[in-house]
Amino acid sequence: MLGFAVRRIATLVPTLFVIITLSFLIIRLAPGGPFDEEQALSPAVRANLDAAYGLDQPLLTQYLRYLGGLARGDFGPSFKFRDTAVADLIAQGLPVSLTVGLAAVLLAVLTGVPLGVIAALRSNTTADHAVRTLSALGVALPSFVVGPVLALVFGLYLDWLPVAGWEAGRPRYLVLPVITLALPVMAYVARLTRTSFMEVMRSNFIRTARAKGLDEWRVLLHHGLRPALMPVVSYLGAATAFVITGSLVVETVFGLPGTGRYLVQGALNRDYTLVMGMIIVYGAITLLCNLIADLLYGWLDPRVRHD
Amino acid sequence: MTERGLWLEGLKRLRRNRAAIVAGAVLLFMLLLAFAGPALSPHDAETLDWEHIAVAPQFSAAGHWLGTDRLGRDLFVRTLQATQISLLIGLLATAVSLLIGISWGALAGYLGGRTDELMMRAVDVLYSLPYLFIVIILTTVFARGNVYVLFMAIGAVGWLTMARIVRGQALSLKQKEFVEAAVVAGVATPGILVRHIVPNLLGPVIVYATLAIPQMILYESFLSFLGLGVQEPLASLGSLINQGARDIESAPWILLVPAGFLVTLLVCFNFVGDGLRDAFDPRER
Repeated sequence: MLGFAVRRIATLVPTLFVIITLSFLIIRLAPGGPFDEEQALSPAVRANLDAAYGLDQPLLTQYLRYLGGLARGDFGPSFKFRDTAVADLIAQGLPVSLTVGLAAVLLAVLTGVPLGVIAALRSNTTADHAVRTLSALGVALPSFVVGPVLALVFGLYLDWLPVAGWEAGRPRYLVLPVITLALPVMAYVARLTRTSFMEVMRSNFIRTARAKGLDEWRVLLHHGLRPALMPVVSYLGAATAFVITGSLVVETVFGLPGTGRYLVQGALNRDYTLVMGMIIVYGAITLLCNLIADLLYGWLDPRVRHD
Repeated sequence: MTERGLWLEGLKRLRRNRAAIVAGAVLLFMLLLAFAGPALSPHDAETLDWEHIAVAPQFSAAGHWLGTDRLGRDLFVRTLQATQISLLIGLLATAVSLLIGISWGALAGYLGGRTDELMMRAVDVLYSLPYLFIVIILTTVFARGNVYVLFMAIGAVGWLTMARIVRGQALSLKQKEFVEAAVVAGVATPGILVRHIVPNLLGPVIVYATLAIPQMILYESFLSFLGLGVQEPLASLGSLINQGARDIESAPWILLVPAGFLVTLLVCFNFVGDGLRDAFDPRER
């Protein structure tokens, strides 16, 4: 297990390096600079700006300087938020995004798995059809439709919950964003669990466990659920990417001060350092979550560790 | 079984799939509506009707059938034009992703060995990233609102699944006698790829392409919703939904009309794609 973990972690560093280098190259080699869209600047001002941000240096120097900064946790100054470091923006936004994201993944797993199990155990009943319809809808509905519609129904018509805002993370303000974010993941988890649980429950070792006279609950939870969760665990890596993408929408719709909104605004303002910093942070988070999912998978299934 | 027999079998299976048939009919109707509908309405997409700002749907021949937006533009015509744009970008992006995915997958699968491993490893790495971010970088650096950049960028990140499917097909085709015969006859590798490998894997590829279209439409709408995609005066379903989401309180139809169109479009494409896959892809049975 340790060897597997080390090998898996070793692939992480080069991948992150590739992300950093690629996004640096795309952004620096692209036509146009960050100051092009403002009013025409006099050449002297322009030269001063370029010098202040180090844009007059050769590309390689800029790259090395950026890497050096990253190693110290410095993502450089934001081009558009004057006098603000990108690292500060990230430090402000990340707790919000992480809270919402983690809550959404937890909610998705804690509701998706039981729904899938119920659907599998009562297959072809009303309950099963209900779960399948729900998961088909959950997968098909985009979050930028679900979010505003939930806000319309629960925030305005029923007036149960606030429509937008953060208020230092008070739970009332979290409900709608978290549900919006969790819905597609929950739907997919329920579908995966249903399929794999049905398959597992047909296998020989389940029959053996029952023949041994084990308690049915033990058969279901210990012998059945553990192998049935494998596809769910391996999906969780991909789910992170999904949740991060969804958080861009959810933070915009519900006005949350998270990093997703900064990324969108950075892209709209052509704030290159901000966009790059966000991409690197999100890339690292995605890789980390994939790593955790893989390790969990290796722990659940001994066969994976030895290839 | 002969080629023709497989086709007929598939068609028969498809005809029995009622969900796919209904979805296909709805889809056809929507296509027709999107392209012919604007001519039916007494209004056009750009005129600002100052007498009717953000009015609810009206049910008279000369009225705004699905209401108007904040600037008094007719929502029926605007939504249909947005549907055209979304469909167009979806189709073009799918074409781009097909082009890249087929080339990449066929090359990897046919060449095999080290090359295959390296190429598919790259696909794996890209797969684990939130690919929409790459599109966001691209929309940051290139002129925003450029429809060409938009569908190229979306297509350029949507090819990964296609590459995997094509590679699998190419791997198995490589073993076939007619490919061996071509090798023995001295046909060069590019010739084999173009003449023998690619034409023979198009079947499953086309089936999966129908499932890729709604994905691409979704990406485009997502970007447009965030303001990074199609720009005014053009609109896609995503940018209309964005406008609608801004004042759900006073005028919910500005949100609900384009949202309804988008969801119907996505659901129908998915049903048709699933139906085609079940009917024509033997691996699924």
